[in-house]
Formats: sequence, C-alpha cells, structure tokens
Amino acid sequence: MNQLDLRKKPRPGEALVQALLFLAGILSIFVTIAIVYELGKEAMLFFNDPDVTFAKFFSMTRWQPGIGQYGIIALVSATLVTSAIAILIALPLGLFSAIFLSEYASLRARSVLKPILEILAGIPTVVYGYFALLFVTPILKLFFSGDQLQSYNMLSAGLVMGIMILPLIASMSEDALSAVPRSLREGAYAMGATKLETSVQIVLPAALSGIGAAVIVGISRAVGETMIVAVAAGAGPNFSFNPLDAAETMTGHIARISGGDLSYNTIDYTSLFAIALMLFLVTLVLNLISQRVVNRFRERYE
Amino acid sequence: MKRQNDHFPTGDAFYSSLRKRYLTASIWQTAFFSALLIAIIGLTALLYNVADGAFGYVAYEYKKDPATFTSIPVNELTRDDLQAILKENLSSGAYKKLDNEQPMAERSQSDLYTLFLERLVQIDTQATWSMTDSIFHGGEIRAEVAKKYPNATLEFRSWLTPQFLTTPMSSKAEFAGVRTAVLGSLWLVGIAIMFALPVGVGAAVYLQEYAPKNWLTSIIQTNINNLAGVPSIVYGMLGLAVFVRTLEALTSGAAFGVTDSNGRTVLSAGLTMGILVLPLMIINAQEAIKAVPDSLRQAAYGVGATRLQTVWYHVLPNALPGILTGSILAISRTLGETAPLIVVGASTFITVDPESPFSKFTALPIQIYNWTTRPQPEFHSIAAGAIIVLLAMLLTLNATAILLRNRFQRRL
Repeated sequence: MNQLDLRKKPRPGEALVQALLFLAGILSIFVTIAIVYELGKEAMLFFNDPDVTFAKFFSMTRWQPGIGQYGIIALVSATLVTSAIAILIALPLGLFSAIFLSEYASLRARSVLKPILEILAGIPTVVYGYFALLFVTPILKLFFSGDQLQSYNMLSAGLVMGIMILPLIASMSEDALSAVPRSLREGAYAMGATKLETSVQIVLPAALSGIGAAVIVGISRAVGETMIVAVAAGAGPNFSFNPLDAAETMTGHIARISGGDLSYNTIDYTSLFAIALMLFLVTLVLNLISQRVVNRFRERYE
Repeated sequence: MKRQNDHFPTGDAFYSSLRKRYLTASIWQTAFFSALLIAIIGLTALLYNVADGAFGYVAYEYKKDPATFTSIPVNELTRDDLQAILKENLSSGAYKKLDNEQPMAERSQSDLYTLFLERLVQIDTQATWSMTDSIFHGGEIRAEVAKKYPNATLEFRSWLTPQFLTTPMSSKAEFAGVRTAVLGSLWLVGIAIMFALPVGVGAAVYLQEYAPKNWLTSIIQTNINNLAGVPSIVYGMLGLAVFVRTLEALTSGAAFGVTDSNGRTVLSAGLTMGILVLPLMIINAQEAIKAVPDSLRQAAYGVGATRLQTVWYHVLPNALPGILTGSILAISRTLGETAPLIVVGASTFITVDPESPFSKFTALPIQIYNWTTRPQPEFHSIAAGAIIVLLAMLLTLNATAILLRNRFQRRL
C-alpha cells in the first residue's frame, strides 16, 4: 500500500526562481531596446526640426547646431583620421606581437610578456589622455617646426589610441594563431620550411579570419574611444584630414557638450543623441561583422 | 625536369638560398620582437610620464608674510597657536563655516597648518618642474628661480602626500585632494556591483543551466556579446535619458523626500555603470559556470536534487572564484571609466563627501580629466598624483584577481 508517488511535483519556489533568472537573462535585450529607443527618440526630434535635413546633415562641412550648421562630416572626419592612425599603429604592432608570442616565445618569455600587454589593456583611457597631451604632443613638437603642429592635434591622440588598442589586437590575434592545429605547422617543418615561412605562409593565412575579427573589433574600439580624443585631439569641430590639426571627434564632441550646462529639449541636446545613434549603429555593424567572422572561423577548426 | 630545379636548387645554389632564407627569418624575428618591445617602451613611457609629473621642484611665493600673523617661527607653531591664529585672522563667518565642516578643536596640527597656509598666508605657485628636470638640472633651476622670482621659495615636492588623499577638492592645486573623488568612485563601484552582480550571475545561470537551445537564447547570447562592444559613451547617453531624465523622481530622491537635488546623482551614475559592466559580468560568470565539470551536476541529479538545488549547492560554489574574478574586472572597469560619468553629469568641483545615493558626486577619473585639461601646470601635477592613486587601486584589485585565478586553476 505504501506506494511511491513518482509524478512530477509542482514546485512553486523553483518556478519562481527560474522566472527571475529568465528575467535577468532577458534584461540585456531590454537594455538594447532602451538604447535604440532613447537614442532614436531624441534623434527623431533632431531630424524633425524643420531646419535639419538629411542633405544638410551629410553635405555641410560645419557642425554647430545652435546656428544652423549640421554637417556631421566635420566630426566624422576627425573620427576617421584618429581611428586610421590608431589602426595603422596597432595592426602591425599587435599582429607582430601576436606572432612572436604564439610562434616564437618560450613559455617563460610568454609568462613575462603577456602580463605587460594585460597591464597596458587595463590602464584607464583617461590616463592615456594625460599621456597623449603631456608626453606625446611635446615630443611630436620636437619633430614639427613652429605652427605646423597644434598643441591639440589628432596625430598624438591617434598614436596613443594605437598603443591603447594594441593589446586588444595582439591578444585576439594570438588566440586565432594558437587555435591553428599543430599538424599544419609540423607539415610545413617536414617540408623543410623555416619558422618564419611556417608562421607567415602557413599559420597566418589559416588564422586570417580571426585576425580580421580582431582588426574590426579594434576599429570599433577606436571609433568609440572618448577620453583620449577629448583630452588631446582638440575642442571644436573641424573638417580636416590633416593629422597635425586640432579637431573634435564624434565622441569628443558628445563629452564636451554634455559636460557643460545642457538643457533638455534644445537642439544641442537632441543633436548629441543623433551623433550617439550613429556611433551605436557603426559599432554595432562592426561588432556583428567580427562575430560572424569569428564564428565561421571556429566552425572550421573545432 | 628543369622546372623542378627552380624549386629545389642543388649544390651551392641550395646553400646560398638557405643562407638567404635564414637571414630573412632572423630579420623578421627581430621585427616581431621589436613590436613587443615598442609596447613595453610605451608602457614604461606612460608610467614614467606620470611619475615625472607627480614629483619635482616647485617655486612658490607667500602672498602675505607668515610673520605678519605670528612672532613664533612657522615650524614651531603648535596646534593651539594655529587655532588661535585662524580664529583671530579669519572672518567669523569663514571660521564658523570651517567649524561646521569639522570642529576646529578636533582638527590635527597638520590640518590646521594647511588651513593657515591656504587661507591666511596664501601660497602662490610660480613655476613647477618635472622630476627629471629637478634631478638633472637642479643647479640651473635654482639659478633661474633666483633671477626670475627673487622672493620665491624653491622646494622639492611630492604632489602625492597623505593629505592629498584626505583633503577634498580645492580651487588651489596646492591644497586640492582626492578625498571626495575617491569616495565618489567607491559609491559608484558599490551601486554598480549591487546591480550587476546579482543580475549578471542570474543571467549567466539562466543561459548556462536553464535556457533551452532556441532562437530566443541565441538572440540573448548574440545581444550580450554586442552590448559588450557598445562604446561606453553610448551607455552614458542611455543613462542621461533614462536615469537622469525619465526616472528623475526616483534617482534624485524626490520620491523619498529629498528636495535639494536633480537627477545627476551618484545613484544615476552608479546604475549607468552597472548596465555598462553587465555584459562583462555575464560573459565572465558564464565562463566560470561552463568550467564546472558536468559530473558534479549529474551526481547531484543522481541523488535526487532538483535543478535549483544543483545550481545553488554545487554549480555556484564551484564557479565562485571565477565569478569573483569577473566581478573584480567589472569593478576595475567602473573605477577607470570616465566618459559615461561626464555625460550623466558628474560635478567637477565639489567639496562635500557623497553621503547618500542622492548626493552629487565626482569620481577619480573625472578629477584626472578635469585637472589634465586645465592650462596651469600645477594642476597637471595633481592630475599625475591622482593617476597614481587610481593605478594603485586598480593594481591592488587586479593582483587579487590574479591570485584568485591561480587558486581556481589549481583546484579544477
């Protein structure tokens, strides 16, 4: 008569916890929705202003919403210049460091060298800003005579941003290189290839997609970086592709304007959201592409 | 046959091509190593630059001669002397205000001496020199000061002093400190972690232990990875729109009877930071949970534990070191992040400690930014001092994280 009841019991406590955990999990989706909604809402207010047109937004070369100048290019140009300099520095240095760490360095050398990259990656960007303004710019002044180099300039901001992104590109590339199966390397050695030939002609092409992803994430980081450019690149929109000039990036502009006394429902306020929305979309696309690339690459080797 | 000979040279041709290949190989190996060397040089230059700014010669003048206040030599003044001098020479309103901040009778000798210099004698910095200049060109500096500022005193000064940590902000660099900024940063960390830790771990547990393999789960996962790559300033804009503006009644404390503030409070900023570090927190917690061996779960299920019991008693305790490491990384990020704080409206000049979530606030990186962008060189020196404080805090945190990680790796 003492039969065991094996039917599934209702457990309200467990169900409640599971529901809470589900809420925590889905919260991140709400964060994304909130970002898109809030940025979109204010950006719409900006574009609904009768004076603002897409034509002006994309074709004017000055940005000063207060007096009817809406040329986003004046900010985009500075973002492009600083990011390009940063990638030109970080890509070769990061990739070379990754090749050295993954293909050449002994275990002991790695255990010393990798933490150095990790320290570089952990330094707050405002500290890099200090470094750019008070160390790199004075040094650059030694190389450029007189007024050529302004005391705020995109060159020093870009160079320092390159150093900041270097560890990111190095560690992602190193992961990609180490994921290449040993057998590929051994095959190359068996054919009499030198270590360099193996690394550059066999391992590097096999890891190319991972390295591509690293570069894209690096670009996205450079585009979104704020403090270095806010401190060292200049405080005023300037449509210029000359790295020796002072100019303000999209992020730097948001930081400077929102740092002041900003009242809601003004064109200055809504215009910042239009810039931020653009920034969000650009970095989102870059991140999505890089994830695609990484996933495809994983499928091939695991 | 001839074609093959091009690819596989023999005899002397073979050795000369081999030499060439080895030469190229060693040149490139040097290049690869140089890249790392440049990174190391960059790091060294950065740290040197900070130290260089934080110590060095200062030439300063007294606006008023200390002898006009007292006949006792300055370095022999006792605590009571100083209090008497302050009481005598400060306007009664100013004295009362200081007394209200912290009763005069409770202040130490060095505190009072600082007040004496700040309020009465009024130090005026004429010039500062970097550490390197001070060490290698000391003679020239002394000669220059004697010529240009005949009344000035030259002193080798460390801008980073115990007082620098305990005094609040001041409009004079010589007397400014990071007390309010450090406290503001700690408030931010506290609020951010109180939000991000439970939510982050909850999300990670859901995704690793509960979530079915369907489209929703994969969207959540992709979304978290994307959120981790959103620029921090965009989070700042989100915080401005949601916490500062829309939820102003809650974040300013108006709903709880606080009257004298707007939405730009430490609570708004802390929640913004919490959302900012959430993806980082989730990803790290997921890695930690993933690393818990499946055998543990199966053993728990085998003895009849429910899913919640399995997670609570077996998975989470084993994932704890990893989760803690993730939290420490999130805290480091909160400490160093600047851009979102500017956007949600950190105050740059504030001398009162933050006392509740509804206080105005400043934070260490905000002070560093503010001081770095001022034109006066003495503010650059205190910015360097503040950077050292910030880096020291981060270093301590990361050392803890590494210790935890090593222990964790040994156990599993």
